[in-house]
Parts: sequence; C-alpha cells; structure tokens
Amino acid sequence: MNRWIWVKKTFKKIHIYLKKFSLYRIKHVDSGSRETKTHELVRRFLYNKSAVFGLALILILVFMAIFADFIAPNEPNPSPPELENSLQPGFWDENGAEGKPLGTDMLGRCVLSRIVYGARISLSVGFVAVGIATALGVTIGVLAGYFGRWVDSILMRGVDIIFSFPALLLAIVIVATIGQGLDKAMIAIGIVYSPQMARIMRGSVLYIKEMEYIEAQKAIGSSNTRIIFRHVLPNSLSPVIVYGTLLMASAILDAAALGFLGLGAQPPTPEWGAMLSESRFYIVSGAWWAATFPGIAIIFAVLGLNLLGDGLRDILDPRLKT
Amino acid sequence: MKKIFLPLLCLLLIISQMTGCVEEEKVKEKILIFGMSGDADKLDPADVTDGESISRMDSIFESLVEYTSGGTDIQPALATSWNVSSDGLNITLNLRENVKFHDGTDFNADAVVFSFERQYNTSHPYHEYGEWAYWGYMFSDIESVEKSKEYQVIIHLKNPNAAMMTSLAMFTVAIVSPTNAEKWGEDVFKHPVGTGPFEFVEWVKDDHITLKKNDNYWRDPPKLDKLIFRVIEDPSSRLLAVQAGEIHGMEYPDPASFDIIKADNDLQLLSQAGMNVGYLAMNTGYGYYDDNENGVRDDDEPWVKTPGYFEPLTNVSVRKAINYAINKTSIVENLYKGTAIVAKNGMPPFMLGYNDDVEDFEYDPEKAIELLEEAGYPNGFNTTLWVMPVSRPYMFDPPKIAEAIQSYLADVGINVELYQIDWSTYLEETENGEHPMCLLGWTGDNGDPDNFMNVLYGPNSASIGTAGNVAFYNRSEVQDKFTQALKIYDTDERSRLYEEAQVLIHQDAPFVYLAHATQNIVFRSNVKGYTLNPTERKFFYEVDFE
Amino acid sequence: MILYITKRLLQLIPVILGVTIIAFSLIQIAPGDPARTMLGQHATQKEINEIRDRYGLDEPIIVQYGIWLSGVIRGDLGRSIITNDLVVNEISSRFPNTIELTIAAMIFAILIGGVAGIISASKQYSITDYTVMGVALFGISMPVFWLGIILMMVFGVILGWLPIGGRIDLFIPYQRITGFMVLDSIITFNLPALVSSIKHLILPAVALGTIPMAMIARVTRSSMLEVLRQDFIRTERAKGLSERAVIYKHAVRNAMVPVVTVIGLNFGLLLAGAILTETVFSWPGLGRLVVEAVYERDYPLVVGCILIFAIIFVIVNLITDILYTYIDPRIKYE
Repeated sequence: MNRWIWVKKTFKKIHIYLKKFSLYRIKHVDSGSRETKTHELVRRFLYNKSAVFGLALILILVFMAIFADFIAPNEPNPSPPELENSLQPGFWDENGAEGKPLGTDMLGRCVLSRIVYGARISLSVGFVAVGIATALGVTIGVLAGYFGRWVDSILMRGVDIIFSFPALLLAIVIVATIGQGLDKAMIAIGIVYSPQMARIMRGSVLYIKEMEYIEAQKAIGSSNTRIIFRHVLPNSLSPVIVYGTLLMASAILDAAALGFLGLGAQPPTPEWGAMLSESRFYIVSGAWWAATFPGIAIIFAVLGLNLLGDGLRDILDPRLKT
Repeated sequence: MKKIFLPLLCLLLIISQMTGCVEEEKVKEKILIFGMSGDADKLDPADVTDGESISRMDSIFESLVEYTSGGTDIQPALATSWNVSSDGLNITLNLRENVKFHDGTDFNADAVVFSFERQYNTSHPYHEYGEWAYWGYMFSDIESVEKSKEYQVIIHLKNPNAAMMTSLAMFTVAIVSPTNAEKWGEDVFKHPVGTGPFEFVEWVKDDHITLKKNDNYWRDPPKLDKLIFRVIEDPSSRLLAVQAGEIHGMEYPDPASFDIIKADNDLQLLSQAGMNVGYLAMNTGYGYYDDNENGVRDDDEPWVKTPGYFEPLTNVSVRKAINYAINKTSIVENLYKGTAIVAKNGMPPFMLGYNDDVEDFEYDPEKAIELLEEAGYPNGFNTTLWVMPVSRPYMFDPPKIAEAIQSYLADVGINVELYQIDWSTYLEETENGEHPMCLLGWTGDNGDPDNFMNVLYGPNSASIGTAGNVAFYNRSEVQDKFTQALKIYDTDERSRLYEEAQVLIHQDAPFVYLAHATQNIVFRSNVKGYTLNPTERKFFYEVDFE
Repeated sequence: MILYITKRLLQLIPVILGVTIIAFSLIQIAPGDPARTMLGQHATQKEINEIRDRYGLDEPIIVQYGIWLSGVIRGDLGRSIITNDLVVNEISSRFPNTIELTIAAMIFAILIGGVAGIISASKQYSITDYTVMGVALFGISMPVFWLGIILMMVFGVILGWLPIGGRIDLFIPYQRITGFMVLDSIITFNLPALVSSIKHLILPAVALGTIPMAMIARVTRSSMLEVLRQDFIRTERAKGLSERAVIYKHAVRNAMVPVVTVIGLNFGLLLAGAILTETVFSWPGLGRLVVEAVYERDYPLVVGCILIFAIIFVIVNLITDILYTYIDPRIKYE
C-alpha cells in the first residue's frame, strides 16, 4: 500500500516540475480535458500497435543486455577456446552441438550467447553515439537558430560541409585518423550524425522563437540564457527524442558496418556486425548460421527502434513527417 | 511505365538465357579465367615481393633458368648452359639465341645486363624507378654482371654462394626488355614486356588482367589463347564463381569449403605439401641499423632496442611459456581443417637440413603458468599481437588464428590485444620491429634452406627497417652457421650446420612455429595440365581444356 | 532562375573547399609517414629527406594545402603512394562503375518504391498497404552487406539465375567508350555484352537500392495520402474522373515534392552503401577504392576520392533543389 503512495507522490512531483515549462501548461490548459498531457501521450502511444511492437522489441533487447549473464547458455569467449566445436549447426540439425541452440562459429563459440552479449555492445554504441550527436547537434542547432544571422550562416555552412560526406565514408576517415576500436567508432558515428541533429534542432528553435510568449519573455527582460534553458530547450525536446530514436537505429547499422569493415569492435568482442563479417565466408561451405543470426539480430534492433521512433513521432509531433 | 517494365524484364531474362547458350558454342577461343584473391601491385618482376604480382608475371617473363615442373631443380631457360668457376666467384652463362621479346626486340646479353644492373647499380638511369627489395635478400652477393659476348654473360660474386644458381630462376632476375623500359620510364610497371609464353594485353585495376598467347614464343606456343586473371577478393564469391563456371580456377580456397569442393564433380582440388612456414614471432628486443646497407651486421653497427621492445619477451622462460600455452594441434586440426601439418622447426620437413630430432613443445597450460611464475610474472601481463588482414599461403585466415591464440594466452594470464593494419603497412611496421609479437610466415623462393634459415632467423637479418628476422633473434653462433653453410657446396656439411642451428633456435624459442600449410588450387574438372610448384608460383604454359 | 542557380553554385564553392580542408587535415593527423611509405623498407634517411623536400612535406600545413590545391585546379591530383599511378587515373577508371551501380540502384529504388508507395496510399489500410509498409520497414532496417550476401546465396548459388560478382562475363568482347557498360553495349550494338552487363548489375543494384526503395515507398505513401485528402482531389472526383486518372494525373504530380527531397538525401546513403555493396559483390568501384586507400594511408588517393564524392553529393543536392523549384513554383527564391 505504501509503495503505491510513494509512486503517486513521485509522479505528482514530476507534474509540478513540468508545470514550470510554459508550453506544458499551455497545452494542458488548451486541451480542456481532465487528463494530463502525459496521460494523453501514453494513451495515444499504446493505441499505435506497431509502436508498441517496436517498444517490445527494444525492451527485449534491453533485457538481454542487462541480464546477459543469466540468459546466455554459454560463455561468449571461452578461454581456452574449444576449437573442436568449430562450425557446428544448432537445434535444427540432429548433429547439432550440445547446449548451443544456434550453433557455433569458426572458433567453436556459441552463436546465441554471443548474440545475447552483443546486445549490450550494440545498444551502448547506439546510445553513446546518439548522445554525442545530440550534445553536439543541440548546441549547434540552438546557437544557430536562436541567434540567427551570421552565427546561423557560419554554423550551418559548417554543418553543410560535414553533411557533404556520405555518413559511412566520413566515419571511416575519422576512424582511420583516431584509430580503430569500439570507443573510437562511437565517437566517429556521433560526429557524423551531429549535422542532422543540428538541423532538426535549428528548425525546432526557429519555430518556437516565433511564438508570442517568447517575445513576451524578451519584453519583460529575461536574459537569453534563461530563455534558452527554460523555454526553448524543453519545448524543442520532442523532435530530439523522435530523431534520437531514429538516429540510434542508423547508428547501430553504421556501427555494424564499421565492424563489418573491421574498423569498429575488435576481436574477441561479440559485436553483431563483426560477427557477420567474421563468419560470412562460411555460408558457401554450408555453415550459414554463424552469419545469418547476427544479421537478424541487427534487423530486430533497428526495426524496433524505427517503429518506436515512428510511434513517438506520431504522438509527439506529426508535423515532422516527411 | 509500370506496365512495360515487368514484361520487358521478363523478355530480357529470356533473351539472356538464350544468348548464354549461343555464346558457349561460339567461343572457339580457349580462354581460361583464373580467380585471384587480390590485384597485382606492380607488373615489374624485379620490383615486387607479393605473390599477387608474381602470379601474373610468371606467364609474361622468364629468367635465365627455370624450375623443373613441380619442383625446385633447375633447367635451362633463357640460358642454355652455364659454368661455375672453381673458386665459386664467377658464373658464366651462355644465352639462347633467336628469342624475341613481346615487343619484337631481340633477347641478348645487353638485356640481361640491363635487367640486373638497374637493381644493384645506384647510378643506373633506371635505378630510381623501383625499390628492388628482393635484391637485398637474395642477390647481394652479386658484385656485377658483365656482357662478355653477344650471347654470353658473366656474373661476378663477392662470395661463393651455393644457392645462387637456383636463385637465378626467381622472378627478381627475370629478363625484361630494355627497349620497353626506356619507352615507358617510370610507368614501366604497367607495361610488362618479357619473353614468356603469354603477352600482356590489358590491366583493369581491381578487376582483371588479360594476357594472350605469344605466337612467337621460342618454344611451342601455349595451348590457351587467352589467360585472364580476375580479382575476386571475397573467398566465398570466388568459390561461387568457380562453381558456376564463371571462372575456371582459383587460388586460396577456404579450408572450411574443402568438403564441398571434393564432393562437386565439376571441380578438382589440387593439393601439395607447401614449402612454407607460418609462425608467431616474439620480438626478443634488439636489432641493428644497417647503415652501410651491406646486409651484414658490422662491428660499428651495435645492437639497439627495437621500437617494439617488451621486457617480458626478452626472457626465454616467458617465450617457452607462450609456446606451451598454445595448442598447435588443435589450431591445425580445427582452423586449418587438416590443410597443414604442425610445425616444430622453421622450415618444412622435406628441406635439406631439416632436423627431425627436435622435440616440439606440447600443449601444457599448467607448465606455461609455472614458467611464467618462475620468470616473475605470476599474474601474466598485457601485450599486443600484430595480425595481417590478408590470406597468406601459410595461413588462410590470420585474424581467426590470432583470435584463437588470444584465447589460449588469456587462459594463462596473458592478455593480448589484436592490432590489424593493411598488408603493406604491416610489412613495413614489422620490418621496423614495432611489434612485441606478430604473426608472419614465409614461402620459399628457391628451394634452398638458406632462403628460409638465413633470411628469417639469421641475426644479420635483424636489421631495423628491413628485417626478415622479425623476432630479431640475435644469437651470433647461429649466424656463423648460416654464413658458413651458404659458402660451401657439400650438402652433408650444409645439412649438419642447419641441423645444429635448429637445435639452438629451439632452445631459445624466439618463435612459436605453427604450421606448414598445403598449397591448394581449385580448377574446373575440364582443365588439365596444371602442375603445382612448391614456390607457389603459377605456370600456365602447359594448361589446356579437355 | 539563372540568378538562383548561379547564387547556389557560388555558395557551393566554400562548401567544397571546406570539405577538402577537412579531408586534407584529417589525413595529416593520421599516423604513418608518407615519405617512408612511398620509399619502402630500404629507405635511407637521405632518401627520406629528399622525398620530404620534393613533396614539401616539412612545410606548414597551409602551404602544403596550397600546393595541393593549385595542383587540383590544374587537374593534377597527385600520384597514389601505393601504386604510383596518377590519382586521376585511378579514380577515373573506377568512377563510371560506381556511378552506373548507383544509378541502377536509384532507378530500382524510385520505380519500385514509388509504385509501391502510390499503390499503398490508394489502398490505405488494406492488406496490401500493411504488407508493403511492413516490407518497407524491414527494408530500412536491413544491413546492406547482409542483404547482399543473402541475395548472392539465393539467386547466385541455390537458384543459379544470376552471376555473383564482377561486371561482365570475361569471355565476351567489350568496347569501352564511356565506361558505363550498359550504355557502351547499346552504343556498339553489342547484345551479348548488354545482356551480360545487365545480369551482373541486377543483384548489386537491388542490394544497394533496397534501403532507398523502402524510404521512397514510405515517403511517397505519406505524401500521396496528404495530397489525396486535399480539396482539389475531391473536385476532380466530383467531376467524374476515374479513380485511376485522379491518382495518376493529379495526385502524383503534387505528391512528388517531398519525394524529390528524399531522393536527394538518399543519394548520400547510396554513395555510402556503395562502399559495402562493392565489397560484397567485388564491384571495381570508388567505394572499394577509398576504403582500401584509407586503410593503406594512401593520402593523395584518399583526399582525391573524398573530393570527388563531395562534389558528386553537392551537385546532386543542387540538382534536387533546382528540380524542387520546378515542381513547386511557390518556392522560387531563397
């Protein structure tokens, strides 16, 4: 009983905090209904079946990532290696390896276990890369959008320049410069995606800037910093969330591509793209499982994020549909 | 738009099947397409060290002597007879007359002198167009090459060299057309002109190189009309291509696919014990700078620390521990999938001077841990292993082998990070001694033990920047034995010296010798006449379709 | 109109310059000594100093950049360090290959994606709609390299219908005019070459074009839906026009606007995807070249390739923008 009171209190606190943000209050008043904005959002989200499906996929992956130690049937990197189990099929074949439902790769490692542990890697790469892209992109976008004129020109010119590179190519060049490895790959992808974030943010800021109450705030003499942090930023959040999710999908794909090219995760890390690249030559010899399942895992993650992103966009800001 | 698209597509597919049939009947020209795993670097035989370039050029160029089919004994080629002086310092060779280069000019002593001189004579006008890497490895004993008559040359040596005659069959000293070199200057590597059975037609980068039959060949012309080397880097694509009949043969099949190849009636698998060795080299710490470029460590060239100097690896107990920690048998059985034999010495068993009495290190991780504790590393240590990203004849999949080694070493407490970089930079960095440990190996060039032992394990070869001895092993007694063995012609005596050297190497354990891999080539069943050569060079002269 | 184009072209120049500066500096920072790489293992200190002198490698970076830039204006992009061939040659021999593949993929993406989107929109909420959109979702979630491998396996090996690598069967004589194999075959009336080159183009183009196809399908659908809702469509229907005419004659034209934008954006994706596709299908193109060049620290080649990629991308964007103004007369000037 006590626990529920505590939950209610926390949400009440969040509600009070959110009330500080002007647009939240405005929308709340506008809707005229008795439910809060948050309720409405959640309800609309749950109504969208594909979005829920996407959320479910992601939650499964997150679950896998957190509880990998309990879910995975074997070690992802046994030491010393059990080479004699090299390239054995899984449950579909009667000669399948014992206790390795999806078969083994060339070094005798359990494919399923590596996929489960790989969830950690892919999710964190997606998260960190998008985090970096957001940090950079939001900063640039806000500065460009809010201050306008020459600041805008210069910053957007810079953004255009980075945008002129095909994403993967730029990532490859950056990795070549700062070195290979999962951490470097995250940074590279983050930098590569910051232009998109910047543009989104800028567009959002431009829109909000025109709203009357911002002019009102200026009229009463609020400092720029105050306006930015308390009014512009929080209300520009929705496109960031939507695009953040969608970009995370791309980030995971790009991380896999870098892993595929040997420039991302280093052995023996069980990253899905690297697993695909390591094992693709064995498809022709009949051992299709080692490369196919990691590919499916990538599809799951990316699909889930795309669905989730679409769903969020539907409920938060249909205007963004292009 | 949509309405015509689908029917148009169907129509095209139908036509394609039909023209495919017609095509096969019309092609009376015998064209053989061979799949390679990488493109050639350059097409100048003296300026390359990589197997890809050499493979293409073996059909375009010839040397003074050549290997007998399938072996490393030599027989006359562009030289008809020769004579080694009693002091071993002069080799006189009589050249074949009435041989023409592909560009119509004559083959004669001038051409021979040109081909050699541009490599060793720094003031030769064409010296600057190449790096001539192999000259330093194998031919530094040559003082000069002199034209004595229109069709005779004399090679003057600084020291007697028992391996020099077989070395003359190498690609490094293939004879090139001087007229052609003059015509193209620094672009000569794109326009190869030699005396061989096939002429160069075109080189489409990263795609294919086309050769056609040389009708004026000094022997009977080859049976094939055209020979095309096609680049397919991806081993599965290569295999699919040869299965589909798009190419008629390929190199470097993946050992994991051997079962499929053997089961396929349209394909034949040619295998031969390889004249190679694959190893893990541990940088024992010290190299020297060969300032006067004489290939020998003189007294004024002291031992200095290599960039990759790593304290634990200077200790022989640590190196032995690493040997005990790696299960070579498992690697050879499961990763090489039976396409190699476990190696315990630095050259394959059929070479002169192989010491079979050496007892290999058994897989014994507990003993490894013991040795590490003794050496003062009870908790192991961290280090880096250099790995090459490309297939080599002695290691089909180095990254996989490196991962397996990483895992074995982790078991005894040694944590290894893998460092991969492109092949040419890899060679550069390992020759500089920048690595604590690296994977590498060697394919023999001329069948002589000196080509393995001296180049790979002799302290003279531990020169920073040009090292062939990437463990920088520097026990001087070993070098003495090698230098001695090269000078004498008595095979029993040479054998004894090499055997003693191998015992010393085994005691010092600067390497973990992994495997001697078999050489494997796949052809369609209707291709006949190809004979594997231990040097892994590719000779298509006798090849024909059934 | 001309004014607008000129203005945009002028704006392009600083962007391209910026791109080259970034490319140039990145490669400078990267580890590895170009002089050493150029000379190889037997380089003496003297030779190294000579090369550094000749190429001005010890000058401040700005000066080096200036030297390089003056070379570019003259059309000289330097020589590849690894192969010693002119960079311009290396790039031009592979340039048509990549462009041909990219265009083929784009055609595939636009045709299939556009048609799918239109059908989906006209049958909104039907099974067709859901299936098409489902497939599209999968399409944008798939790694290009995985798809390529699967396609190769299924159509190349199991079914044996299509070849699995290279651009043309090598025993077919082929005359190279433009470098675009399909075009050349048509020009020289070479039917076997035409058929063979198209067969080889299908799988890579499909693999590469799937992601853009899926995106175009989705955008077309949503754009069509918006247009179909509008009043003037109702007017047309009221006039008695058949549904088909309504869709094709009126709706599609107006729905094109955002689609064109997406196509422009997708071109960048295609260029990036080309890198992976070329690797899987052994396609001798720029993508593979640039990856290898980066791997080998072949600076002149890398910077040359990046320059070309950037120019292509920027020009495509410009064309997209111009097309945009043609289609939507409301947006003429900045």
